[in-house]
Amino acid sequence: MSDTGIGARVERKEDKRFITGKGRYTNDFRMEGMHHAFFIRSDIAHARIKDIDKSAAEAMDAVTVLDGRQLASDGVGNLICGWMIHSKDGAPMNMGAWPALATDTVRYVGDAVAVVIAPTRARAKAAAELVTVDYEELPIVVDAASTMEAGQPQIHDNAPNNLIFDWEIGDAAAVDASLAGAAHVTTLELTNNRLVPNAIEPRAALASYDAAEERFTLYTTSQNPHVARLVLSAFYQIAPEHKLRVIAPDVGGGFGSKIYIYPEEIVCLWAAKRMGVPVKWAAERVESFLTDAHGRDHITKARIAFDADNKITAFKVDTIANLGAYMSLFSSCVPTYLYATLLSGQYNIPAIHCNVKAVYTNTTPVDAYRGAGRPEATYLVERIVETAARELGVDPADLRRKNFIQEFPHQTPVIMNYDIGDYNATLDAALKAADYANIGQRKAEAAVRGKLRGIGISCYIEACGIAPSQAVGSLGAGVGLWESAEVRVNPAGTIEVLTGSHSHGQGHETTFAQLVADRLSVPIENVQIIHGDTDKVQFGMGTYGSRSGAVGMSAIAKALDKIEAKARKIAAHQLEAAESDIVIEEGAVRVKGTDKQLLWHELSLSAYTAHNLPPDMEPGLKEGAFYDPVNFTFPAGTYVCEVEVDPETGETEIVQFVAADDFGTIINPNIVEGQVHGGLAQGLGQAMLERAVYDESGQLLSASYMDYTMPRADDLPFFQVSHHPTPCPNNPLGMKGCGEAGAIGAPPAVINAITDAIANNALEMPATPEAVWRALQAGAFKQAAQ
Amino acid sequence: MPEVALEVNGRPVTADVAPNMLLVDFLREDQRLTGTHVGCDTSQCGACVVHVNGRSVKSCAMLTMQANGRKITTIESLAEGDSLHPMQAAFREAHGLQCGFCTPGMIMSAVDLIQTNPSPSETEIRIWLKGNICRCTGYHNIVKAIQLAAEKMRQPQAAE
Amino acid sequence: MYDFDYLRAGSVAEAASALAATPNAKLLAGGQTYLPTLKQRLANPSCLIDLGGIGELKSIEKDGTALVIGAMATHAEVAVSPIVREALPGLAGLAGGIGDPQVRHNGTIGGSLANNDPAADYPSAALALNATIVTNKREIVADDYFQGIFTTALEDDEIITQIRFPLPDFAGYAKQEQRASRYPLVGVFVARLGSSGEIRVAVTGAGNDGVFRVDGIEKALAANFSADAAKSVAVASAALMGDMHGSAEYRAHLIPVLAGRAVAAGVTSSGS
Repeated sequence: MSDTGIGARVERKEDKRFITGKGRYTNDFRMEGMHHAFFIRSDIAHARIKDIDKSAAEAMDAVTVLDGRQLASDGVGNLICGWMIHSKDGAPMNMGAWPALATDTVRYVGDAVAVVIAPTRARAKAAAELVTVDYEELPIVVDAASTMEAGQPQIHDNAPNNLIFDWEIGDAAAVDASLAGAAHVTTLELTNNRLVPNAIEPRAALASYDAAEERFTLYTTSQNPHVARLVLSAFYQIAPEHKLRVIAPDVGGGFGSKIYIYPEEIVCLWAAKRMGVPVKWAAERVESFLTDAHGRDHITKARIAFDADNKITAFKVDTIANLGAYMSLFSSCVPTYLYATLLSGQYNIPAIHCNVKAVYTNTTPVDAYRGAGRPEATYLVERIVETAARELGVDPADLRRKNFIQEFPHQTPVIMNYDIGDYNATLDAALKAADYANIGQRKAEAAVRGKLRGIGISCYIEACGIAPSQAVGSLGAGVGLWESAEVRVNPAGTIEVLTGSHSHGQGHETTFAQLVADRLSVPIENVQIIHGDTDKVQFGMGTYGSRSGAVGMSAIAKALDKIEAKARKIAAHQLEAAESDIVIEEGAVRVKGTDKQLLWHELSLSAYTAHNLPPDMEPGLKEGAFYDPVNFTFPAGTYVCEVEVDPETGETEIVQFVAADDFGTIINPNIVEGQVHGGLAQGLGQAMLERAVYDESGQLLSASYMDYTMPRADDLPFFQVSHHPTPCPNNPLGMKGCGEAGAIGAPPAVINAITDAIANNALEMPATPEAVWRALQAGAFKQAAQ
Repeated sequence: MPEVALEVNGRPVTADVAPNMLLVDFLREDQRLTGTHVGCDTSQCGACVVHVNGRSVKSCAMLTMQANGRKITTIESLAEGDSLHPMQAAFREAHGLQCGFCTPGMIMSAVDLIQTNPSPSETEIRIWLKGNICRCTGYHNIVKAIQLAAEKMRQPQAAE
Repeated sequence: MYDFDYLRAGSVAEAASALAATPNAKLLAGGQTYLPTLKQRLANPSCLIDLGGIGELKSIEKDGTALVIGAMATHAEVAVSPIVREALPGLAGLAGGIGDPQVRHNGTIGGSLANNDPAADYPSAALALNATIVTNKREIVADDYFQGIFTTALEDDEIITQIRFPLPDFAGYAKQEQRASRYPLVGVFVARLGSSGEIRVAVTGAGNDGVFRVDGIEKALAANFSADAAKSVAVASAALMGDMHGSAEYRAHLIPVLAGRAVAAGVTSSGS
């Protein structure tokens, strides 16, 4: 391994600009003549718009107010959900209309009603207070459990009983038979709490229109600028793709929330052309809380069956997924193909059946948030297995081990075909690192101090690298999920790599360069990674689903294969050797075992002078590739959490947290560990701190950092992280992905630890001090709440 | 509009500002120092932390007028030319940042910690950082970076 | 923020006359609560009179059997003041735990007491220690000063100049933070006064009407000044605040627990 190649802990190339304040985020850009947009949002969760009175606002100097009817009359299309799900009766999902500015009905608090455009942000905001929207209030439903009941308000006319789809997967009859004949059945009901993603950079957009070129430019906080351009062009009719440039510059975190194309980007583009001025919008944090797509929000009942030997025989799951007031871009695939397909966990389960009812409520739309479906699956599987172990009176680690999948590839009953893994290795490593064997001693020692100590295990699996295009197409996806790359070797030998992946914290400028430096034997500082601009990069599917390594870098690897092949041909020709004898090493392209060589820059220059190339070879050294994965990848691992509960207050301290992960090949351990730490923090946040709370009238009570508990430094411990790779056999680098694991695996480890400490399984997330204190009052090991 | 005279990153600055202009807006919009960020409305996230007369404050919870006559230091002036401040260098070395958005405020806060407490414990670091929210790192490497910087700043002579 | 005028007062007298002369003018102390309020357009003052330039309001001194803290002393200054740490370490500890470091660098004791947020730390200390709030017009004892959430005995044109804390022979504070805002979910200040031996227990974060004293715990501690005695008292939840961060019942449970911890964590002053 070189000091900058694959596996090296290289300091990040992008860091210098961030640590010196020179990062350039969307809100840092400004344009000549720029105006500011401020959105007027509904403060009522469900209402008809009777009238919008703009007169007082438009009496202010240089203020314009635009509304949904104007948007519609200009032909701007409604927002779409890009993944078709069919109900079990074959009916397509019921997608309600979502205009970027409401035309006649508002359906959640935060729904955009109109936009004020003014020369300054302060004036736009002041003018917005003068706009009067006359509403006719409608009945409201926020509770996913009851929204389907008769008599509830109807949120979209084409979705009777607020049901979006009633979907199933697996063999219900086989599951029912196994449950009937089981030696033991464990039942669990739980909710997966609604979360707000909270990237620290609020969303923003800066749109401009060049009337002479008839061309738009949009700076935006996006994880996938090409997808944004495609959707803005094809569905919202902003402009044909070649007349629309989308730039996602430095982006301050995404976690899924910046995948989607939101009303604000659409409106800024439309207003920029209509008004003839560049238009900027930057969200206030309260707007982020109200309008960034939320995550999770499931209510689930499950039963798991065991035979007399404690082997799992069947798993039956019924879930209600709250998708909020509208179907966000990928909302439909999250509680279906990203959730139910992972219900086998790391276990050999012969029969699984899952039914998912997705519903509308008068709440913020819900979509993919770090993990997206897989945290919900893992939380369910790992809590029910832990609960079963307690009921069966066996060690939770032993019960897991007994049921682990041992042979690969393994076909689960819910679509996924696990390619490789070693679940015993990660479990053993985690238990050893956590000193699981001596937990009894530590519990006794804590008891002397008046504390309750507990330990919890979570063996997670996820499906990442999303995903083979043909497969996802057959499951309803509206797009392919490949990735593209282009490698340009300049005449002097420096290299530019254009990638369709997008970095918003993941360090692509470093890891991608490590791969290139490693393969072409060039200094890493001679490699520049270019991303996030549709004028520079031809196309890309962007970054989510832990896919930039397994899919994005595979595309780069494929392009590098072509670069290497051409370089070998050139060298073989000039050095009069066989291509098979040419090696690329130590900054040169040389004939193996001889002193005959071309230095890398000599070779690249010769490709461009073209004075001495093989017959029929085109000049230049630039190659592109598209990589379409052949399978999902399956990162997996074991997390162990150990806690101490203060029985007087219910306050819980995480005294240790161990992560043993299998991400396949690792390019830069620093970056991978950073991804794990961040994922764990979000998982621990879900388990102990975070919760979006609505009141009955649909007001989001937790709409600021005063009320939504973000994990802070003193909430978290240092994490013990280790890697146990089994390289993925299905992609060129053996990578599986690491971005979501922490958020997926952590929550059940925490709750299993706390419930162990307090001897009561009936505990929901977030396990706040009061929740823990109440569960503690309820006494020793009760069955989980029904 | 009233006039303020203050020092920004070592430069004397005078400007006419609206009385309700926040210091963060003055820095970002008037001075074009966009390294100082805004991440919330309630003065809790800490992305806007700068130094006023050497102490860390939230520039979103201070009027520009309140800074009249004072010395403001932002992330842009922490390095001396190409020579990074030890805290900046430690954040890079320890991978204490990911998306970079909270990083300027985090570094400015951490620099203030070390000048107050040159040898903070892990717990003291974590408690000091209450006013800075990061969504990417889980704080693990931020705390490590501050420990690393503290160590280096205690030995100023040591070679890089 | 709405538009407003700004005046940097050079003296208390100047601030007072401007306050009296300007309808709907407001005083600006550290601004750590008020500026976020203004940002959210929840207030619309005509003019802000900044007290930040008045040096006399920043003094911290011991005056016989009292600690006298200027209204514009920041939380950070109180926390690290050798005078406070020696004379009233419980108060220094409280100040050092308010909010976060950046809030403590600008937020002031006078601003906190004038605002009287039901979850602020300082009101519990002022009430438990039987402090006197000194203004440009008069002196107000703590028992008369706090009049409900965000409500005090201050008149519209009255400016807090000092807070005088009689030195107790015991003072201790314990709180559990609301994990989002990091204000106290419940904070309990326990004091035994040096002059009379009176025990006063004041609670912040929990009261529907703001800071309040807990008679039952005071009596229990008078009989037996121990953590266990404090913890043994049951507190009724009826008049307590309940919200998504903690029910009234949970807050009621925490009050004696934290009172006990305040007793255990507090410091007895041998000198008084």
